[in-house]
Amino acid sequence: MKILTPVHKKIKDLHPHEAISPGTGLCAGCGGLEGLRLGLKELGDDFLICNAAGCFTLLSVYPFTPLKGSWLYTTMGGPVPAAQGVRDALDIRMRHRGLEKKEDLNVIVVAGDGSSNDIGFGATSAGIHRGLDFIYFCYDNEAYGNTGFQLSASSPYGSATQTTPSTDVHEAGTEMNKKDLFEIWKAQKPVYLATVSPREPIDLSNKFARAKDLKGPRMFICMSPCPTGWGFEPKEAQQIAKLAVDTGIFPVKEYFEGEVVHTVRPRKRLPVEKFLERQKRFRHLFEPHRQDEVIRLIQSRVDDYWRQYE
Amino acid sequence: MKTPKKVMLTGNKAAAWGARMAGVEYVPAFPITPQTEIVETLAKWFADGTLQGKFTNMDSEHSMFMAAGSAGATGVRVFTASSSQGILHGLESLYTITGWRVPMVMVNVSRALATPITLEPDHNDVMSTRDCGLIQLHAETCQEVFDFILMGYRVAEEVCLPVLVNMDGFYLSFTREPVLIPDEQEVRNFLPLYTASQPMFQASRPMARASAVFGGATYTSFKLQQDLACRDAEKCFNRVAKDYEKHFGRFYGPVETFHLDDAEYVFVMSNSFATKGKSAVRKLRRQGIKAGLLKLRLFRPFPSVAIASALAGHAKVAVIDQNLSPGMGGITYPEIVTSLYAREDRPEKILSVIGGLGGKDMDDQDFMAIIEHLDSGDGGSPLYLYDEKDVSGFNRLQQIAKLKEA
Repeated sequence: MKILTPVHKKIKDLHPHEAISPGTGLCAGCGGLEGLRLGLKELGDDFLICNAAGCFTLLSVYPFTPLKGSWLYTTMGGPVPAAQGVRDALDIRMRHRGLEKKEDLNVIVVAGDGSSNDIGFGATSAGIHRGLDFIYFCYDNEAYGNTGFQLSASSPYGSATQTTPSTDVHEAGTEMNKKDLFEIWKAQKPVYLATVSPREPIDLSNKFARAKDLKGPRMFICMSPCPTGWGFEPKEAQQIAKLAVDTGIFPVKEYFEGEVVHTVRPRKRLPVEKFLERQKRFRHLFEPHRQDEVIRLIQSRVDDYWRQYE
Repeated sequence: MKTPKKVMLTGNKAAAWGARMAGVEYVPAFPITPQTEIVETLAKWFADGTLQGKFTNMDSEHSMFMAAGSAGATGVRVFTASSSQGILHGLESLYTITGWRVPMVMVNVSRALATPITLEPDHNDVMSTRDCGLIQLHAETCQEVFDFILMGYRVAEEVCLPVLVNMDGFYLSFTREPVLIPDEQEVRNFLPLYTASQPMFQASRPMARASAVFGGATYTSFKLQQDLACRDAEKCFNRVAKDYEKHFGRFYGPVETFHLDDAEYVFVMSNSFATKGKSAVRKLRRQGIKAGLLKLRLFRPFPSVAIASALAGHAKVAVIDQNLSPGMGGITYPEIVTSLYAREDRPEKILSVIGGLGGKDMDDQDFMAIIEHLDSGDGGSPLYLYDEKDVSGFNRLQQIAKLKEA
């Protein structure tokens, strides 16, 4: 296992600089926004975000932007090809038109799990294939959140969404398994790939610091606790994020130079129920009667995952 | 002025030469018949260093137009090409990038749309982009394809909107015609290397672009600006056309008239089939029938006044649409009728004709059928150029299809 020297060891090490001003139109307690805020601290202000339709589209509502850097709203399926055009144009201007290196931009895609797993997936895969030099930030709240919480390919088994409700016929709600975007991206060997949690700010910041100076496709999947969609109080967001890590449901890891390393390991994994029972989207697993089989299956899949690494 | 070289080029090669002489720096591309020859030619020129910049193989037309638009917003001269299903697949991106107000030129090589899937041309593909805010120029000849690309960059970069140059697949894309290619320095005098007139993405100039809006009034403000820019493009086109004539000796108005002055019967046509229309006009004139033709070049912005002025005073007009809006008819027909509505001297009869669908040829008999239809008292509209011969041909195919079923 490679030991990478961390840039930051404690919270006080993190940059005081903010690239996102407070007071955006996003929901209170949004885990993904905290993740992006921490990430941008590492990347500096010379960035351009190509945004896909989703919750984060509300970051810039005319005539306001909370960003120190640039912003381009694209389409739901097209943020990566938009990033390609910007990257190519900057390279052309630097090579042939005398644009100074200091004018270069970090090209970042900010997209939700619906865009990342579904409608923008093919175009993203193509961007990785072309070796596009960019950073992809996926805020993963495990459903189409901005439209009111419908099933995406990221919605986990046993969760209820507006389009996979729990009924007498389909008690579990969502019956498919969450798409493993990390493994799919890994199969294309990006330069850097990591999952991050807003509850692990030092880990997150170190990963962005590491990715910053690399060249090529760099991807982040950010666990994004969603008060409105998951059904919890905004003030609980950090606890929910912590439980996702402590139960082992959300593995915090990175892929770099061919190896996967779990950068934050739960010491003793808590039962998945501790995570599930706090959220309305899983309430049907406990009320009006307990769905032991569904909960057992969720637990066994988490156990199976970690057995590979323990 | 140096003597231009005269070469035999297909419509596709003429498009590639237009992009080359315009000094394009960026071409995101995705193949589709019958357009592929354009991007293959450009790929080779970028690969061997003839062109400086980058050619990027994209994964779809949706992606291709996104990359083209964002590169335009980042300050390079962009070219791309597509056709048919590709235009439909990229339509969301086309609406998006026209809203971004980025200049570029793209070529559409017209091809009919599925279903049923086919290869030959009609104009439903380009008509699907009618309302997205693109400036549209429709070319009849390979020379027009080449010239419109150079003129297109001037217009696009002045009004900050993308320009689409249309040509017919097969009939023009694969037909060789002599094309005059001017000396590169002459072209630079007309179209200097690109310097953006609007802010471009770069570190010293952070900006939010294409932000969301709330409220119809704000949305309307942006859309009206787009509309004004597109309308302004007609004046811009006319200025550029004069300048083009000054530099290269060829003048292109928003419409072209052919034997129109004393014409009693006028065919309104566009693209390569206008050549067939002109040939029919000559033959009809030899028979003593006073026919003429109006060719549409600039289709968006729609040059209503120029069209109305050309058609007013003529008795009978047939608007030949090589497209079909099922349940309605030809798409350009109502636009032309609207342009003439307020004119007291408007034609007594304006007939809608649907022809050339899926590349169906138009021959002299078809044009004669239109004349007869215009003359008949009770001729309904639209007139479909689909006769007994076509019916019996299709019946034969149906018989074969039924045999297979049995």
